[in-house]
Amino acid sequence: MNQSPTNLIEIRDLKKTFSIAGVLFSRRLTLTALSDINFTVRQGETLGIVGESGCGKSTLGRCILQLLSPDEGQVLWLGQDLTRLPAEAMRKRRADLQIIFQDPLASLNPRMTVGDIIADPLRTLRPELNGAQRRERVLRIMEAVGLLPEMINRYPHEFSGGQAQRIGIARALVTEPKLIVCDEPVSALDVSIQAQILNLLAELKDEFGLTLIFISHNLSVVRHVSDRILVLYLGRIVELATGDEIYEAPRHPYTRALLTAVPVPDPKLARLRNIDALKGEIPSPINPPSGCTFRTRCRFAKPYCAEKRPVLETIENGRLVACHRWREIEVPEEAVLGA
Amino acid sequence: MNTVLDVKDLSVTFALRHSEVRAVNDLNFTLEAGETLAVVGESGSGKSQAFLSIMGLLARNGRTSGQALLGEVNLVGMAPAALDRIRGKDIAMIFQDPMTSLNPSLKIKTQLAEVLVKHRGFERGKAVHEAIAMLERVGIPEPAKRANAFPHELSGGMRQRVMIAMALLCQPKILIADEPTTALDVTVQAQMLDLFKTLTDDFGTALVLITHDLGVVAGVADRMMVMYGGRAVEKGRTDDLFYDPRHPYTLGLLHSTPHVAHRARRLDPIQGMPPSLENLPKGCSFHPRCAFCFDRCLEERPALTPIGDGREKACFYEGPLAGRKVA
Repeated sequence: MNQSPTNLIEIRDLKKTFSIAGVLFSRRLTLTALSDINFTVRQGETLGIVGESGCGKSTLGRCILQLLSPDEGQVLWLGQDLTRLPAEAMRKRRADLQIIFQDPLASLNPRMTVGDIIADPLRTLRPELNGAQRRERVLRIMEAVGLLPEMINRYPHEFSGGQAQRIGIARALVTEPKLIVCDEPVSALDVSIQAQILNLLAELKDEFGLTLIFISHNLSVVRHVSDRILVLYLGRIVELATGDEIYEAPRHPYTRALLTAVPVPDPKLARLRNIDALKGEIPSPINPPSGCTFRTRCRFAKPYCAEKRPVLETIENGRLVACHRWREIEVPEEAVLGA
Repeated sequence: MNTVLDVKDLSVTFALRHSEVRAVNDLNFTLEAGETLAVVGESGSGKSQAFLSIMGLLARNGRTSGQALLGEVNLVGMAPAALDRIRGKDIAMIFQDPMTSLNPSLKIKTQLAEVLVKHRGFERGKAVHEAIAMLERVGIPEPAKRANAFPHELSGGMRQRVMIAMALLCQPKILIADEPTTALDVTVQAQMLDLFKTLTDDFGTALVLITHDLGVVAGVADRMMVMYGGRAVEKGRTDDLFYDPRHPYTLGLLHSTPHVAHRARRLDPIQGMPPSLENLPKGCSFHPRCAFCFDRCLEERPALTPIGDGREKACFYEGPLAGRKVA
């Protein structure tokens, strides 16, 4: 990375709420899934998004792809605001933005052949291609993801989870996108297969010059694939930094707690770690705590954390952190983090 | 050592319409009081079926042979009524998804108290009191209030704690936990694993942890049993298997597991995929995926053999595993 990287995506003040039914006859409630989301995705990088269930990571991925419409804010694609794009223009743009889902079998139509599944995006997004051209392209992509040409006429149920995920990846790649949002792409797979798919994604990223947004609850996996990592808590960004910075010197107490909770496949290290396990569980996004939303589980919280919400500030090297006390909190020892 | 469970030649078969599938073959192991044994493997390795069979919980087309000795009593082939007196009392099992194990229409306290009334002859008032005390011990805040809740009113982590509380009410000698933290967030998982450590220390319960996650194993297990294609392929102390694996499959699993402290190193996964039990490869089941495979492995199945230091492996290859890439 010699020259300054171009921003492929810029997210500005994004907010997304859902209206949900209240308990029996009471009025509807508003769940704020995301608020004050500001960050950029650089061309060619892998940006990891981590957080616990319900933190808004999948919602964020879907808002970027315009599969969900944000309530407020902008999603700038090379400077163009996707949220204001007319439907027809957005449809054309979709060839550039694709997604891979967690459950590979559930995301493939059981009544279509592998060839038709992979070719499907081409029918709508590249209507100028004829049947022969589509087939040629499908076969080329199948080879790239490690599927054999003779599999083209088979149906999804004939495949294992790992192979089904390869089909999902091929479908995402076939329109030659610039960005792929990977939403927990390996969580449902066996350990040995998970490693194969992670390696495949890394190879494809180089081969096709992709930018990846990698959403996962598994910090070891995110660490392995990401250049930069964004940490979400209750719908807000609490920290954004490079993988090395996050793992070597986490600034936000939540990032730090997440890291110390990750199990490490190393018994001696596991015994050394004094796990400062987070107390309790993630609060309800319907009625989040005042001030800093993390304060109810934070061992560094002070009374003023309940009064004022910390802003997301830029610290050294363009890192972002949202904590009143980040300056005062020492960086934990290496052993704690498993370095 | 005080052996609480002695499993000998345990096999599990399932009758299909035209054939039979062997899910577990000739499994032998012991479990000592207060220890944590991790049973590690991928889908189809037989790790769950082996313990479901010991608990008498197999699907109706399943058949178990061999022995599972709990003291003098053989659990295999025991009449359901007799098994009912032992299950939940001397040996308990918890599962990945607590919601499917709890009765959604009964309050937590009703479900917990039932265990004490049935197995320990408590009268109901005392049983509820005891149940609330146990909820507190497993780290549930405001236990008296939660005891009145229905399962759906609790979070996933809380429900798993309720299951653990239920399993421990009779102070069983053995707790079998099948992927107990897989559905939980990482911070809740850490709390859970901490709880397991406290429990084995305080109650002297022997814990069997069935999991695919080597990170979880490293943190809590004393010993490990690695399974592949329905058989144990390596057994030994946790540290020995992590730092000096002797079976190529154990090595492959370790190389496939990402470590939070490392990046950019390409993972070194095992090629191919776990075999189908209906169509296991001849010879060593692992040979099509093994980088150390030679002629003998294609024809003959290696037996699980002691290799000193309390370790066992099922592999013909005797050379060093370190430094050689798996496939």
